Amino acid sequence: MKNTDSYKELLEIIGPYLPEDIDPGTVDKNSHLINELNINSAHLVDIVLDLEDRYDILLEDEDMQKMQTVGDALEIIGLKTSGKNG
Amino acid sequence: MEKEFAEILHRLPYGPPFRFVDGLTRLTPEAVEGFYTFQAESDFYKGHFKNAPVTPGVLLTECCAQIGLVCLGIYLSRGMGELATEATAVAMTESEMEFLKPVYPGERVQVRGEKMYFRFQKLKAKVRLYKANGELACRGQIAGIFKSAGT
Repeated sequence: MKNTDSYKELLEIIGPYLPEDIDPGTVDKNSHLINELNINSAHLVDIVLDLEDRYDILLEDEDMQKMQTVGDALEIIGLKTSGKNG
Repeated sequence: MEKEFAEILHRLPYGPPFRFVDGLTRLTPEAVEGFYTFQAESDFYKGHFKNAPVTPGVLLTECCAQIGLVCLGIYLSRGMGELATEATAVAMTESEMEFLKPVYPGERVQVRGEKMYFRFQKLKAKVRLYKANGELACRGQIAGIFKSAGT
């Protein structure tokens, strides 16, 4: 499943930025990046830049604002990558 | 350019005794260079170290951050189109430094900062601080978030 693959990839990108007290096993699509996973806003920028590199996409301020949960991030990546190929 | 240097210095959010920039010598969207003289009579030399004064690494880091990150960040924030407001707030978010040579009281150091990226208000820069004799004293990477007043 394509969706599952991109979910796994996303977790790999987020993983290094998770604070020590967050168990990566507890992360799911509804996890809020800042409020629940305790990723600070400076690291959120790094995650966005890593996503841009990995998927060869360009993310804007509004994408950053919409990216509240893991699921939101997946959705934005999906939109950006489909727009690029279609 | 002189006028631009002065304006950046004016916009720095630091004042004595915690301002570690005397002047700038170069400023482009990619890089910045500036200098500072660590005053030999500064209080902290009495204790760092007892009878062997050396500039503390935290202050070398601060000097690198003020010149290499904050001066560049203020300049880049201005370049975004809108007129920069008087106050630029900055929060340092990361620093990773390596210290190679001691800097003694009264030394005039030179700092170079080089932009790695400036996206979503976050600037990350490579910084290098050179001793009066030109030797590299410390280097590293520093990042911070820049916010203009009202945003």
